[in-house]
Amino acid sequence: MVPLQYYLVLSAILFGLGAVAFVFKRNIITIFMSIELMLNAVNLAFVAFSQAFGKVHGQVFVLFVIVVAAAEAAVGLGIIILIQRNRQSLNVEKVNLLKL
Amino acid sequence: MQTPILDLLWIIPALPLLGAAINGLFGKGLPNKIVNTVALGATGLSFLAALEAVREFIYIRNQEFFRKEFFDWIVAGSFRAGFDLQMDQLTVVMVLVVTGVGFLIHIYSTGYMAHEGGYYRFFSYLNLFMFFMLILVLGANYVVLFVGWEGVGLASYLLIGFYFLRKSASDAGKKAFIVNRIGDFGFMLGMFLLFRTFHTLDFHELFAKAEPWAREGWGVFGTLTVASLLLFMGACGKSAQLPLYVWLPDAMEGPTPVSALIHAATMVTAGVYVVARSSILFTHSETAMVVVAIVGCATAFFAATIGLVQTDIKRVLAYSTVSQLGYMFLGCGVGAFGAGIFHLMTHAFFKALLFLAAGSVIHAMGGEQDMRHMGGLSKKIKVTYWTMLTATLAIAGFPPLAGFFSKDQILGAAYQIPGGHPLYVVGLLTALLTSFYMFRLIFLTFHGKQRYDEHHVHVHESPGNMLGPLVVLAVLSVIGGWMAAPSFWSGPDHFANFLAPVFSSAHETEGALSEAAAHQLELILAGVAVAAALIGFFTAFWLYLRQSGKPEQIAKSLKGVYTTLYNKYYVDEVYGAVIVKPLLALSTNVLWKVVDVQMIDGTVNGIADGATATGDVTRRTQSGNTRSYAVWVVVGALTVLIIIFWPAIKALAGGAQ
Amino acid sequence: MTPVLLIFFVLAGLAVLGALSLVLQKHPIHSALSLIVVMVCLAGLYLLMGAEFVAAVQIIVYGGAIMVLFIFVIMLLNAGEEERTDFSKIAKFAGLPLALALTASIAAGVAKSGANVAGSGQQVIPGATGQISSMLFKEFVYPFELTSFLILVAIMGALVLAQREKK
Repeated sequence: MVPLQYYLVLSAILFGLGAVAFVFKRNIITIFMSIELMLNAVNLAFVAFSQAFGKVHGQVFVLFVIVVAAAEAAVGLGIIILIQRNRQSLNVEKVNLLKL
Repeated sequence: MQTPILDLLWIIPALPLLGAAINGLFGKGLPNKIVNTVALGATGLSFLAALEAVREFIYIRNQEFFRKEFFDWIVAGSFRAGFDLQMDQLTVVMVLVVTGVGFLIHIYSTGYMAHEGGYYRFFSYLNLFMFFMLILVLGANYVVLFVGWEGVGLASYLLIGFYFLRKSASDAGKKAFIVNRIGDFGFMLGMFLLFRTFHTLDFHELFAKAEPWAREGWGVFGTLTVASLLLFMGACGKSAQLPLYVWLPDAMEGPTPVSALIHAATMVTAGVYVVARSSILFTHSETAMVVVAIVGCATAFFAATIGLVQTDIKRVLAYSTVSQLGYMFLGCGVGAFGAGIFHLMTHAFFKALLFLAAGSVIHAMGGEQDMRHMGGLSKKIKVTYWTMLTATLAIAGFPPLAGFFSKDQILGAAYQIPGGHPLYVVGLLTALLTSFYMFRLIFLTFHGKQRYDEHHVHVHESPGNMLGPLVVLAVLSVIGGWMAAPSFWSGPDHFANFLAPVFSSAHETEGALSEAAAHQLELILAGVAVAAALIGFFTAFWLYLRQSGKPEQIAKSLKGVYTTLYNKYYVDEVYGAVIVKPLLALSTNVLWKVVDVQMIDGTVNGIADGATATGDVTRRTQSGNTRSYAVWVVVGALTVLIIIFWPAIKALAGGAQ
Repeated sequence: MTPVLLIFFVLAGLAVLGALSLVLQKHPIHSALSLIVVMVCLAGLYLLMGAEFVAAVQIIVYGGAIMVLFIFVIMLLNAGEEERTDFSKIAKFAGLPLALALTASIAAGVAKSGANVAGSGQQVIPGATGQISSMLFKEFVYPFELTSFLILVAIMGALVLAQREKK
């Protein structure tokens, strides 16, 4: 069997890569996708734990995470469309009207 | 014992306070008649109440000391300063003088101020003054006395600066208050010292505790000496002695009734009252007594020399007041407290009369105050002339008028104490000078050639409400001293006997002479005093009536002396240069420019600037740049994770080593 | 090296490669496709762990709906290659070290403590799907109903947001 740590380390690596992309990319859509990557990493951890403990709660929670991610993606993409309409650009650094 | 008024002793000061409040708050719209009624009514009723209180004190209580606590004002730990009023023989004298003379001056003011603006304001302030002065003399502890002390200073400031649109008047008001404050500083220190030593400021308790203390000799600066000297410093400020007398001549900027009431009869005598009241403290200290006597004597002589050459009629009287106050302090300083208070009373009569009559003259001359522009008025304003002449005879010390008895007692006491001969000589010389300058005033004002233009000045006698008080005061100036008169024919001195219980523990002069020899000495001294007065009279007569031109000649030949005297020994200028100017420079350059602007404003502005600077730094986190926000999110998540995983990380680090 | 382990490493490696690709690609469409790769690999891993239902949902919902939505939007907005703008200084200097630190700390924590997890299981849970559904309708019924409400709200939000402005 695959030890639990392996899954968890993989989850950590994916999470870290998602964080890197979150910080470094300039395209809003790409940033959003990195968030999805992070969520997936977390899902992996949940399922791994569920298998390790023999209980099924982890998988139930994964379902909820996926549902929420779907809802969030819908709304988020709507916002991205609006940003494109208003700023004529998908560069996140152009969305800076809140600066003091 | 039924003493209804004594039980309500507070009503004596309360009535003028009520008058002041009514006139002050509502007087602006009221016609003069109503203002008059309120003010005169308040003072008059207060006088009647004082009379009744005195009657009860003397006849019903048989002069037994009366003290009543009305309410607790300050209670702090074991210290209690209540609003307590007392009545003893000294208070009797003071309260009758204050209310009686005050009432007469109020009547006079209704005539004098009739055409002045701010009529209601004048009477409101005058009543306010009466209130504070009565609090001062009726108080049973130093705290209540000090309330009155400060209050009369305030009233004096308000009244001196009554014509506040005139710069000289408002400056004079400020000067009076500030110089008074310097004295008050000493007074307060004295009070603190007394409280610290005796833990009470009540007169009765404090004097009872101080009585058994040992007498402190010359040069010993024990507690009682220091306290007495500090209290005397306050008295110097209030009663215009050296070196704090400079405010009194300037105070003549106020209306003449103010000069009469405050700067002749009552407020300036508060210092003498304090010294007399604290006689037990002073007599326990030889140093303090010597200081009081010397300062009083020196002031008397000093002020008299200045008064010799002044040309403003009110200034002459002002310096005369300073001089006579010096006599009172001389009396107290040589142990004759009763004589000092006696002179206080007689001086109140004739000095108030002199001022009021001078006011009448000024009123007759349409505002002219310079004696060089008067002359030959004796036939034209007869009542004023005769009353003023009476007062002059009294102040010069001619028997049997009041001033003779009181001044004679003081000089006699000065002669008889050890080492008092120099004081006696100076005092006698001052009496001569007093007589001279007072008669100079009379001759210049009322006799001789007319030195004014009749077309511009219509000399007219004053109205009845001004002349009435003049006459009353003239009568008092004549008979006021007769209480002590019998002592000249080996009879009792009623006044001294009356006051004896108050000063009983004071160290009276011990005459080594026998009874008869003492009596003979008295008569000799009295004769010498009268002789001095006559010399002064004749000199003035000769100089100003017979040889008119001689004064100018003398002035020219003694030009240096004359100019020094005329310019008041340049004391004001010296004070200005030595004290005022450096203080102003210090205040402007150091206290204002450095402490206030740089330090205080700098600190406050600095805090504001600091807040702004902090804001400047911290607002960089709100850059509006989403990517930096993203980084902060990661930082936050990292922090939380590290906190949660800390044991594992530690174990990892430990295991790796 | 058991077959299970081998499959695990293959799938894991692919997932990591996909994630790297997502980070390093310039065009968003390439990033999207990389993400799809990652998701498929993860679905494979779920299958390996015996969570069939989750794997199915992952493919259908995540891969088939969400990623399709992403690709729709990328094509709708005509997203081009990324420009190189450089406004955030802090991201430039502190971003990479921080992200790496994040990864390292999680991994470290996980690696050391994983041994403490008393894994009585480590085998495939039989009838997982049945258990999931019974749990959804018994213990977690309240959150389950709420998620449907959440989806309704999201739909309305998306509709409102994307409306054309009324002229």
